[in-house]
Amino acid sequence: MALLQISEPGEAPAPQERKLAVGIDLGTTNSLVATVRNGIPVVLPDENGHPLLPSIVHYGERGVTVGLAAEAMQALDPQNTIVSVKRLMGRGLADLADARRFPYRFIDEPGMVKLATRTGIKSPVEVSAEVLRALRERAEASLAGQLVGAVVTVPAYFDDAQRQATKDAARLAGLDVLRLLNEPTAAAIAYGLDNAAEGVYAVYDLGGGTFDVSILKLSRGVFEVLATNGDSALGGDDFDHRVFCWIIEAARLAPLSPADTRLLMVEAREAKENLTLHKSAPILATLATGEKVDLTLTAELFTAITQNLVAKTLTPVRRALRDAGLRPGDVNGVVMVGGATRMPQIRKAVAELFGAPPLTNLNPDQAVALGAAMQANVLAGNRAIGEGWLLLDVIPLSLGLETMGGLVEKIVPRNSTIPVSRAQEFTTYKDGQTAMAIQVTQGEREKVADCRSLARFELRGIPPMVAGAARIRVTFQVDADGLLSVSARELTSGVEAAVTVKPSYGLSESDITRMLQESFAHAADDMAARALAEAQVEADQVVAATDAALAVDADLLDAEERAAVDAALARVARCRAEPDRRALVAATDALNRATGEFAARRMNRSVGRALTGRRIDALT
Amino acid sequence: MIDFSRNHFELFGLPERFRFDSELLDRAYHALQSEVHPDRFAAEGDTARRVALQSSARVNEAYRALKDPVDRAQYLLSLRGIDALAETDSALPFDFLEQQLERREAADHALDTGDAGALEALLTGVRADCGALERRLAALLDADGAWAAARMRVRELKFLGKLAADIDAMLGELEA
Repeated sequence: MALLQISEPGEAPAPQERKLAVGIDLGTTNSLVATVRNGIPVVLPDENGHPLLPSIVHYGERGVTVGLAAEAMQALDPQNTIVSVKRLMGRGLADLADARRFPYRFIDEPGMVKLATRTGIKSPVEVSAEVLRALRERAEASLAGQLVGAVVTVPAYFDDAQRQATKDAARLAGLDVLRLLNEPTAAAIAYGLDNAAEGVYAVYDLGGGTFDVSILKLSRGVFEVLATNGDSALGGDDFDHRVFCWIIEAARLAPLSPADTRLLMVEAREAKENLTLHKSAPILATLATGEKVDLTLTAELFTAITQNLVAKTLTPVRRALRDAGLRPGDVNGVVMVGGATRMPQIRKAVAELFGAPPLTNLNPDQAVALGAAMQANVLAGNRAIGEGWLLLDVIPLSLGLETMGGLVEKIVPRNSTIPVSRAQEFTTYKDGQTAMAIQVTQGEREKVADCRSLARFELRGIPPMVAGAARIRVTFQVDADGLLSVSARELTSGVEAAVTVKPSYGLSESDITRMLQESFAHAADDMAARALAEAQVEADQVVAATDAALAVDADLLDAEERAAVDAALARVARCRAEPDRRALVAATDALNRATGEFAARRMNRSVGRALTGRRIDALT
Repeated sequence: MIDFSRNHFELFGLPERFRFDSELLDRAYHALQSEVHPDRFAAEGDTARRVALQSSARVNEAYRALKDPVDRAQYLLSLRGIDALAETDSALPFDFLEQQLERREAADHALDTGDAGALEALLTGVRADCGALERRLAALLDADGAWAAARMRVRELKFLGKLAADIDAMLGELEA
């Protein structure tokens, strides 16, 4: 693919300066970690050569195990072996239509459901953090160094609560999150760069527990998402469950124990995988009760019992096309991602909808992790500026707030390109009203009750006025991770209130700090040493960025301003030599502040350059 | 941070006109985002990242406002101090309203009877009207400077845009 040539050449860092950055695909069933080595993205396997880490955590009598070792425990100790935790992220018990399917001991808590395990009550964020920690340790062992950061992928259709929960889990695992990246977009990067693709592509991503479809326009090094849609509770797991239900019915089984449930779920999954290559699959099992199961599932019957699941994926595909203003024939290719897209009935249905066979030349298990690794490499600053690509992603669901009568006023419509900032003015409806409650919603329906409520906060201290006289401006800001923050301001008096849409669904900042401390205390990891190392990485990054900026744009500063920046740099250099983390963090913060105005002026100059065409040869 | 006093057209280096080559807008948009997008600053300090977030959001907002014909016309008028969609003056011509009311009734009927062909035909008609209105707006705004006359056409275009979106959603309902 022709990449943007928008800068002076020769800015790529020397190999020894390469920063270790990884891409992580945190999947419902399996997770992976990948990095870019010698310019080529590679998945990092475990010490036995396995690239996939089963996303399974076992809380055992002798400690926590993750991956294959935990997988072996799922039938033996189902209540303490957590599988498919991704389905629980950012979800309350009431959100889980399929809660009964899991053998866990759920605890209904406001915000997010929790799990009672042998080693105490665990939030889905903590369980996910165990998987991420295992991947971080795998990467650090393999790359022999500390990571500067990670790109962690999330389903494109994840809402704010699910995204925030994922970011919290990464932080809890000791990862610096460079970006939350949508899974289909990551796959598009891997596919697009590999195949020099140009035009309109659809990515059909059916994972273990989530379904996404994104429509992207690829042109001249720009990946632009036109529309996305999906179902964050639909995946390969559901196909397993249909087979499981069929087994119970066909073998006339009585209600099962948690261990037998797990056993038959594993049998169901194996039968599904068998049917990718074979016309029929045997299902043989002996239950704890001594009952024997001996059945054969044919491909025809499997297709018949999963027909409506396949249909459930096609509705979001049609919606995404409609939102993009396109017809199936306008799409140049459909990229298939996620292990579940190996099922022949899925490929057939997608081929029928688009009138052409889908593209299956990517490894469906690895594409997302590889794309995330490529993006991490760019975000960490390992590519010269002109060698990168531009990624323009969108929010999957409309954001709005409650108005009179329980109706939703949409502020940021779905498929808006991020980052986005949008404001709307409201007024008071009663004379002398001094406070206003702001209820933030996410979803497409018109009634608040039908949308997900993200947060509720109050703007207080509005001076008493007649109804309709106050002018309250509510601003929604969605960052490049797809995370929302909301602020409100009364314009005549300047009274202000702001909220990061976090506490009502995610974990509070103090929760994270406490969990981090606990996890470090439990692990052999030396917390102080690690924290210092993190501060040093951060300081080095800011210093490197400042040096690079001064090399190009030093003329934007007058002598006095330059002296202030130099002083701040010198202070960081002094603190960097000492093992005092707090002093180093303070010095780095000071450098950040000292370069604020400089950053703003540089941005203006960049914009000027972009417009005069001096640096956009490849675009014109 | 981007100079917030620059208007959307100045930001993209485009003439202040209703009609322009949308390819030019796309290219300028991509060129600007390549400079200011937060992905460019992910490895930098908090300040640079915040500046990038605000600048990139500003560029996205400007692009959206110029990409959409209704928003673009409204924006051109607002630069001349005219609020095309003021709530105090939202009148539309009677025969225009009558025609759209008939279309909406026909669409509701087509949805009830599952007649996708009729919906498609209605949608084609509405979109053709939108195209004609855009051509008139181009003449009024770019050639004649007839701001007052343009206001009514902007309101009509907005109305038709909503109708087209509703019919499109009905087609979606039939598909599902």
